Order: sequence, then structure tokens, then C-alpha cells
Amino acid sequence: MITLPKPKPDVLARRDAVHEGLRAIMQDRGVITDATKLKPYETDGLSAYRQMPLAVVLPETTEQVAAVLRFCHQNGVRVVPRGAGTSLAGGALPLEDAVVIGMMRMNQIVEVNYRDRYAVVQAGVTNLGITKAVEADGFFYAPDPSSQLACMIGGNIGMNSGGAHCLKYGVTANNVLGIKLVTIEGEILELGGTHLDTAGYDWLGIVVGSEGQLGIATEITVRILRAPEGTRAMLAAFDGNEVAGACVDAIIASGIIPVALEFMDRPAIHACEAFAHAGYPLDAEAMLIIEVEGSVAEQDWLLGQIKEICARFNPISLKVSQSAEESAAIWKGRKGAFGAVGRISPDYLCMDGTIPTSTLPLVLRRIGEMSVQYGLQVANIFHAGDGNLHPLIMFDANDPTSMHKAEAFGADVLRLCVEVGGCLTGEHGVGVEKRDLMSVQFTEIELEAQRRVKSAFDPEWLLNTAKVFPLQAGTASAGPDALPHAA
Amino acid sequence: MIAPDDEAGFAAAINAAVADRAPLSIEGLGSKAGFLREMQTAETLSTRNHAGISLYAPQELIISARTGTTLAALEAKLAEGGQHLIAEPPHYAFLDAADQTIGGVVAANLSGPRRVAWGAMRDHLMGMRAVTGRGEVVRSGGRVLKNVTGLDLCKLFAGSYGTLGVMTEVTLKVLPKPQATGTVVLYGLTPEVASRALAVALGSPFSVSGAAFLPQEAAMAVGYERAITIARIEDFADSVTYRVGQLGALWAKFGAVETLETAQSVALWRAVRDAEPLPIQPGDAVWRVSVRPSRGAAVLGAGHGAGLFGYLDWGGGLAFLTGPATMAAHEVVVGAARRAKGDWWLLRAPPELRRSVDAVPHEAPALAAIRQRVVASFDPAGILNPGRLFAA
Repeated sequence: MITLPKPKPDVLARRDAVHEGLRAIMQDRGVITDATKLKPYETDGLSAYRQMPLAVVLPETTEQVAAVLRFCHQNGVRVVPRGAGTSLAGGALPLEDAVVIGMMRMNQIVEVNYRDRYAVVQAGVTNLGITKAVEADGFFYAPDPSSQLACMIGGNIGMNSGGAHCLKYGVTANNVLGIKLVTIEGEILELGGTHLDTAGYDWLGIVVGSEGQLGIATEITVRILRAPEGTRAMLAAFDGNEVAGACVDAIIASGIIPVALEFMDRPAIHACEAFAHAGYPLDAEAMLIIEVEGSVAEQDWLLGQIKEICARFNPISLKVSQSAEESAAIWKGRKGAFGAVGRISPDYLCMDGTIPTSTLPLVLRRIGEMSVQYGLQVANIFHAGDGNLHPLIMFDANDPTSMHKAEAFGADVLRLCVEVGGCLTGEHGVGVEKRDLMSVQFTEIELEAQRRVKSAFDPEWLLNTAKVFPLQAGTASAGPDALPHAA
Repeated sequence: MIAPDDEAGFAAAINAAVADRAPLSIEGLGSKAGFLREMQTAETLSTRNHAGISLYAPQELIISARTGTTLAALEAKLAEGGQHLIAEPPHYAFLDAADQTIGGVVAANLSGPRRVAWGAMRDHLMGMRAVTGRGEVVRSGGRVLKNVTGLDLCKLFAGSYGTLGVMTEVTLKVLPKPQATGTVVLYGLTPEVASRALAVALGSPFSVSGAAFLPQEAAMAVGYERAITIARIEDFADSVTYRVGQLGALWAKFGAVETLETAQSVALWRAVRDAEPLPIQPGDAVWRVSVRPSRGAAVLGAGHGAGLFGYLDWGGGLAFLTGPATMAAHEVVVGAARRAKGDWWLLRAPPELRRSVDAVPHEAPALAAIRQRVVASFDPAGILNPGRLFAA
């Protein structure tokens, strides 16, 4: 179980005064203090953890965010930033003594510029909302996390979100040009702009993926790209994980970089097929979804090449989509994977390690052994091109033993990812979920170097406290008083 | 010069410098010694003896090298695997050494024409090891393509010009080298019309991987008689043929188009990458200006009015300018960049100018305060390339 820091008694004692202060700043709009109305904010996508916050504030302008942060800073009140609350790592989990700043009311698209290929959007615009705003003109916003219908760009900034298409188009960090960032002191910083390279230090780069530790992004300038002429998917099914992995290597070695290259193991294929009826081969041990883009002739040529490569690995079946509808059906199963697993198990933990792709057969074998050892089922979905592995560990949250086992299983998987040369999280973030595993990947010196950067932005450690960085052993404290800071 | 051949050697040199309060110049081969602000340092710490490729996994699109590895050696290794560096790092014609180290290229975050479509060096830095100004070894990222574990110190170090630590190893994402390259050329356009044509190309569905405008004097330096507006396609041969044709049709409204085949294209884009079109005279300064693409023509125009010459890459979003290294010229560049809401670098200049002006724009006070704290957290004694980027 994850330990949360002790609430600050002086803040809890001033609960009413804090509520008063927030209402004054917000002119009585968008301040939630009533227990029943606070309830929806007590958890996020990591729903096994719940904690009611001190209050929720729903600002509508950058200036309000600045005023609220300034107030919290002056009063020593902790702050938890929140987008749509879809974090699978508990990134938006409240603290008892913290004010949650929910960004959902800042949902305006401020500017779209096709000539210079950027869009300026507020933090509460959904990921898919950006693409929806520009797709009629042939453009799109590239990063496409599975939660893209709900998740907000502000949260994508926090977690440096990826998706199935980042092998070609990169992750959030590669697609952001500018951020309006409000610091804990209420200063509004303009980082980057509408141009590609920024002079001096790469503040955009350190802010993207910082999980709300450095400030709150209120307005984001993203690159928008012209969509390709078309895309098409194919399925390739194999009778073993090794041979499917070798096929992935052979595709990359041929010089073809598919726009997406997804791998599913047998349990994942079965769960998704039962859910989506996508025509997945149920006799396969492993399946690849491969997507290419370009004109119809280009798609035909690329898929022909890939088919030839796949044929060298004794596939059980190869199916090239003949239409946009067939491609959509192929993707429907994959994109619905989480829901599909949710149908066959009351609860699941979605892990998110990354591994060198060459270690996939070994890692899947070891995960299979752990599944037997813990007595819990697991389905594996893998962004094969970039090594990002999502084991879905199935358990029953009403059974404390089952939940405890699932967490231990997940931690073992992530230790394995680090052991084979990978990392704890490829796109979901550390949050509270993986916080205590950080020392598996980093030395104390390395963690301290990161903490000092955090301290440079947030000296009192009020922003998203108790996430990302392990608490000091034994103290359950996460404040600067517990941390040896920069000299 | 201290030039260790292992990480412990860098830590020892830095610890000694901290103890002596003796600032260090951090460099690879010194090719960018004339870049940005001038420094007063007691000693030089070079990565030049810390070379070698430590990991190359072509099927995982990953290469790791010690930072003293030369760009030429790294590119040769990648060529064996049919791959290349995605950001196409430049080898500027005005460098002070015949080659550069990969550490220097990453530390300066210098990218070539492909940056407009495929990202900068900082985007492909997947992992690094560095010795900080505390003499401590810090790793960030790793050897995998997707990694959001902890704060991304790789991004902070890329482009930090050696002011936070000495990177000892970098891991980069790489991609297959395209089978063919094609270029569509328009002749004789004004900067404003050229910039519209480049926007059409980059806004097309044909995956343009280079988009530049060379005014007449720049075009003449690379063998063309009139101004050229150029767009590049890199891919499999049949795709290149098809897309060059499509792009040519889109561009027909701007004038007669010509197309270049692979060999000519590769040579032309290498020249654009390396700033060869700049008519640099001895003692001249070189500025680099990053703006939104539609503002590039105005930057070029402002420079021209003050006797500066240059050209545009990145669809108009990157302007190179060169001319007399005077305060007046510098002010013109700074003013043009500011009006375009962009950023500028005094990339290279004689010592007199480098001593008297900023090399990059000042941050707002709140950000400058954060920057000072961040830099001090890595280099509390202020001994790593002090003043290289900012005076204070």
C-alpha cells in the first residue's frame, strides 16, 4: 500500500478560512467544499486509492489559477492539479490537506493557425478535442493516448503522454511549442512560443512530464500536422511470442517504420475479441497490428513488403484490411483493450514499463511465471515499435489479499523491466503508484538531482506533494523539511 | 587541457576545480569555442579522449556513445546499419575545428533541415550520463524509446552548453536512412512568396522533410543563379517519385518547378544544413533566429536593410544571418526576432562583440530566478562554462 504524507494540522485547523479565501478569489464561482460534491474528485484512474481533498477549485482563467496558487503559497496549503482525472498512476489523487485545482472549465481553443501549423488551447481541452477542431481542414494533433476522448491536454503535459502512433510522431514533448505555466508563487511564465527552437534552457522539456511538480500549465501551444493521404492496418498472427518478436525486428531492419506496430498476447487477443468482435484469430499465441500511411498505392506497396516479411515467420494468418472500415474494426479491439479486460475481471492494474524490444520473449516468459506464482491472470499489450509494455493484471479489489498480490505482481514486473535495461513507466507517469519504486531505477544521487530541480520551482514542496518522489523512509513526510536540499 | 578517458577522470577534474574555485571551459574538440558569450576560465576540460560507441541496436533504433565520439565516427557506424541521426545535425562551415563530438552537438542542441518535420537533437536524446558540478554521476532517461520516469533531465542538458554538467554518454534514437531523396525547386521568388510556398509544402500530406529559401546571393554560393525555394521528400524510391510529382503540382501556381534527383538533392541539403550559403567575411558575426515560419521573411528583410545577408530553413522558421559584428547589427537582429516573438542566438562572433552583448534573449525576472536556482543546483560553485549562456 502507498503511504500518503501526514496532513498539516495547522492547515486542517484553518479549513474554514481556506474555504473563505478561495471563495473570495473565485467570487463564489467554482469552489467546492461540500462533502457530497467533493466525492467525484476523491480518486482518478487509479481508483483503488481514494482521499477526499480540503477543497476543489475550478478556475476559468490563467489569472484565477495564479491567484489561487498565490493564496495557497502564502497560506502553506498543498495543491493537487487535475485534468480529466484519467491518470492510471494516481497523478491526481488528492491529499486531505490539499486544494485540488481542476482545469476542466478552461476548455477553450484560443487560436488555430494553419499557415504556421500550431494551435493554442487551454489546459482543459481534451486530447481528441484538438484533432476534432482541425480535422475538417485535414490536420491532426499527433499524440493519441487510449484515453484521448476524455483526457485533457493539461494532463498530457503533466504525464508526457504517448499513444499508439508515437513511433512515427513522437510523444507530447515532441509536439509542444509553448506553455503558459503558473508557478506556486502565482507567477505566470511564458515558456517557448510558436517557434521550433527556444534559446537558453529547455524549460518546455523539463515541464512536460513533470507530473504537476513544477507548476500548472494553463495554456498550451501544440504543433498540428497535416494528416497523411490515408492509413491502413493489417493483422499478423503467430504461434509464439518469440517468432512475433522476431518479425517486429525484421520489419524495422527492412527500413520500414510503420506508423503503429502493436503486439497482443493470447489472453489479450481473447479478451479483446470477445469485446469487439474484430475478427482476431483465437488460435494465435501472439498478434501484431501494423499500420502504414500514404496514398493507396504507397499503402499497397508497404503492406506488400510487410506481408512478405511476416511470411518468413510462419504466420498462422495474415489479414490486410481492404477498407477504412476494416482498419477501424482492427483498431476497435486494441483501443477497447482496457474495457475488454474490465469485462472479464472485476478490477485490473495496467502496468506501463518499457523494455528493449529484443528482451520481449524473456520478459513475457517471466511475466507468465509470475502469473502462476501469484495466481492472477495477466494480458499483455505492447507498443512493439518502441518497447512500451502494458501488462493488465486482473484482480478483485474487494478482496484485500487479491489486491495486495496484484500490487506485488505489478512491482515485480516493473523491477523486471528495469533489470532488462528498461524503465518503470513509458507513458503513464510515476504518480503515487510507482513512487516507491523510483529507487529501483535511480540512485539516491540521481533522485536528489531531480528533487533539487523541483525545489527550484517549488521550494516549499506544495505542488502535487507525495507523487513521483519516494517519501523519506519512516517519516511519511514529503515536505522540504524532510529533504536535504541544495546547498 | 584535461582530457580524461573515463568518467572518474571527469569527476576528479571537476572536484579539483571546485576545491580551487577555478572555472572550467567544457568542450569536445573546441569546434564551437567561438559560440555565444566569452568566458574567463582557468582550465579546459575536454571529452575528446572519452570516445567510443557503447551500444548499437539497429532493430531497436538506439545508439549509445561516449560523448567524445566524433560525429563522423558515429555517422559511419550508423551507415553500417543503414541508419542515420534523425535531426540531421549540422556541420557548420564556420566551426573552429574539422569535426565535432556528439556530446557537443547534443549540448548545443543543433539540428539540421529535417528538424522541421522530425524533431531536434533534444527530441531524440533518449538517455544520458553526466558528471555534474558537484562531481556526481547522474543518469537520466535510458536506452528505450519511451520513458517518462522522473523529471526529464536529458531535455535540460540538451542545449545547456555544458553549464550543468559534463555529459559522458548519450543515447540517441535513430532511424533508417531513406532509400531516395527528391527536391522540388521554385526559382526567383521573393521571401514573402517563398514563405507562402513553403507553408503549402509543409501543410501538404506528402511528408516534406526539408523546406528552405535561399535568396539570390545565398543561392549563388551553392551554384544557383537565382533565388531558390526548395522542398525535400525522403522515403522509398517510388514514394519519392510520386510525392515529388504531387508537390510539384501543388507548387505550379507559384511558377515553373524543377525537380532534383537523389545525388543533387543530398548535396544541396547538406549545404543548407551546414550554412554554406552564408557569405561570411573574416571578422563577421553569425546569428541564428527561430520564429514562427511566416515571420522568417520579415527577419530576413530587416537584416537585409542593415547590410546582413542570410537564408531561411525550417519553412521560414529558422533564419541564418551574417554580416559585420557590430552592436548596431546585433540590435537589428534582436529587434527583428523580438517583433516576430521568436528567439535568437549570437552564434559566432569576434571576442569584442561576444564580450559586450547578450548571446541569447534574457528571460523574464521570475523565470531568470528559477533558472539561477536550477543552474546552481547542478553547479553550486559556478565552475562549469560560467557565463557561456547568460552573464548572470
